[in-house]
Amino acid sequence: MEPSQKPQQAPQGARNGTASPLRTVTLAAERPLRLDCGDDLGPFTTAYETYGRLNEAKSNVILVCHALSGDQYLRAPPKEVADRPGWWEPVVGPGKPLDTERYFIVCVNVLGGCMGSTGPKDTNPSTGKPYGLSYPLITVRDMVRAQSLLLESLGIEELFCVIGGSMGGMQALEWPALYPGRVATAVPVASSARHSAQNIAFNEVGRQAIMADPEWHNGDYLLHGTRPVRGLAVARMAAHITYLSELALQRKFGRALQDRTDFTYGFDADFQVESYLRHQGVTFTDRFDANSYLYITRAMDYFDLAAEFGGSLVDAFKKTTTRFCVFSFTSDWLYPTPESREIVRALNAVAANVSFAEIETDKGHDAFLLDEPEFHKTLAGFLAGAARHHGIRAL
Amino acid sequence: MTGGVEAPRVKLRADLSIVADMVEGGSRVLDLGCGDGTLLDHLVHRKNVDGRGIELRQAGVNACVSRGLSVIQGDVDKDLEVYPDDSFDYVILTLTLPAVHRPKEVLGELLRIGRRAVVSFPNFGFWRRRLCAAMGRVPVTDPMRHHWHDSPDIHPCTIKDFVRLCEDLAYVIERRVVLDRDGGVAGLIGRGPLANLFGETAIFLLRKT
Repeated sequence: MEPSQKPQQAPQGARNGTASPLRTVTLAAERPLRLDCGDDLGPFTTAYETYGRLNEAKSNVILVCHALSGDQYLRAPPKEVADRPGWWEPVVGPGKPLDTERYFIVCVNVLGGCMGSTGPKDTNPSTGKPYGLSYPLITVRDMVRAQSLLLESLGIEELFCVIGGSMGGMQALEWPALYPGRVATAVPVASSARHSAQNIAFNEVGRQAIMADPEWHNGDYLLHGTRPVRGLAVARMAAHITYLSELALQRKFGRALQDRTDFTYGFDADFQVESYLRHQGVTFTDRFDANSYLYITRAMDYFDLAAEFGGSLVDAFKKTTTRFCVFSFTSDWLYPTPESREIVRALNAVAANVSFAEIETDKGHDAFLLDEPEFHKTLAGFLAGAARHHGIRAL
Repeated sequence: MTGGVEAPRVKLRADLSIVADMVEGGSRVLDLGCGDGTLLDHLVHRKNVDGRGIELRQAGVNACVSRGLSVIQGDVDKDLEVYPDDSFDYVILTLTLPAVHRPKEVLGELLRIGRRAVVSFPNFGFWRRRLCAAMGRVPVTDPMRHHWHDSPDIHPCTIKDFVRLCEDLAYVIERRVVLDRDGGVAGLIGRGPLANLFGETAIFLLRKT
């Protein structure tokens, strides 16, 4: 008898191979994944991380979907990978809203990403060189399909919950639409069912900054032994402003000067806010690949869930059995509350089970990553109620 | 944190308990103006209904969601049109009717979305409120909390007014319960013509003809 291809129990702490501290799996080895752009991709590598334990009924799985610049490390990555906290430490952990003593939490580095999943910096098997721009255009739906393949490889069919903020929220909406019946609850946070003109515009500024950097070399910078760090840093600086609010910027920096008492009458970072943005830009280039940034922002721009269902968002959720909980934040001007309301309206139009909470905060779009007690309390309550409904107990 | 949000099960207020009694167990219910979710929580956990709520105040919404209830922020006057016909067995509107902008239209929406509607409202024909008016003061639902200038009551009505509106809309009144000042069911008086004088709160179970 052949050994089972699918492990019955998700690997606990075991990492594929000993060379890399990343936990990865090879997917689509037998049959390539047909992407929305028409290309086939496979086999490809997917990097992921898990927290908590899978229960016997495999009914306690929460898939967390990360945003543009996120990765699979909800909590601190292994020291060999990076020395920094995880991106959702306030939300994931023992006794936290995503309680690792109750749920089995999976987070996957998206297709096209640069934290272990196959992306444009990896080697194109047909040329033996880094993909660069020969990497196929991917969509949010492709990311979700890849996540589904990963879960399959872990022996997981159904999700108790899919949750994510920003681009992660798009995936959390795509999941129940693409795989109806496999998702008990979906929690899109600070997100939208389609990218607005303003969002596309900001993404385009970022992409143009990268492509205008002479070190970009039409995407082939790795072949030239360089990286477009300046362009990527500017892209991050511009984007970072959109993640904050005017009030938060004013409160944090005002017009305060950086380590000086007067202007230098030049173009140094005189102001604290300049210094802060420069720091954000530079540190980002240490951990992120410029081409991945191009591909992932493009995937966000292409996202329009209604368009995938003949132009009707209502049709995306027809006959859905998923329980939704939509969150928005008052000062988020990148994914403002009316965009969440549109999702809620579409769900009401099919009498779906939906909750919607708008959280009062001045922290802007980034609020979903930060310590927001009202958000966490409401999220914890929603999940606990749904867990009771589904008979999920603490492990 | 996740384990400790089970809502305390307090005894329901008299009027809410009568509303709850009118709802069949296991049915689909939409509670409009559900506040902090007291009634909805009771219906979901004690009567096993598939319950949803709409609440205007965000603080109320968040309180409901954090106790595990499916509630959205919304305005009863504006946000009902999106729901499909007959999507609920019961649509409930407790003590909110005088506060809505278009009571007739809202009532129509209740019985479009729901097969039945449960509506409770403060009876402005109640003798104390009449007395208040006779003394030259505008009556309000709750004089302990509100004055004429800050009361949410923009469309006060009496039991007589409400019955007439139901007749106009050709709705069938399946049940009617009238509560006296202390929240007790006004038995004989509640059923007779004096209900409009002695009933403080009225609760109606309606359906379409």
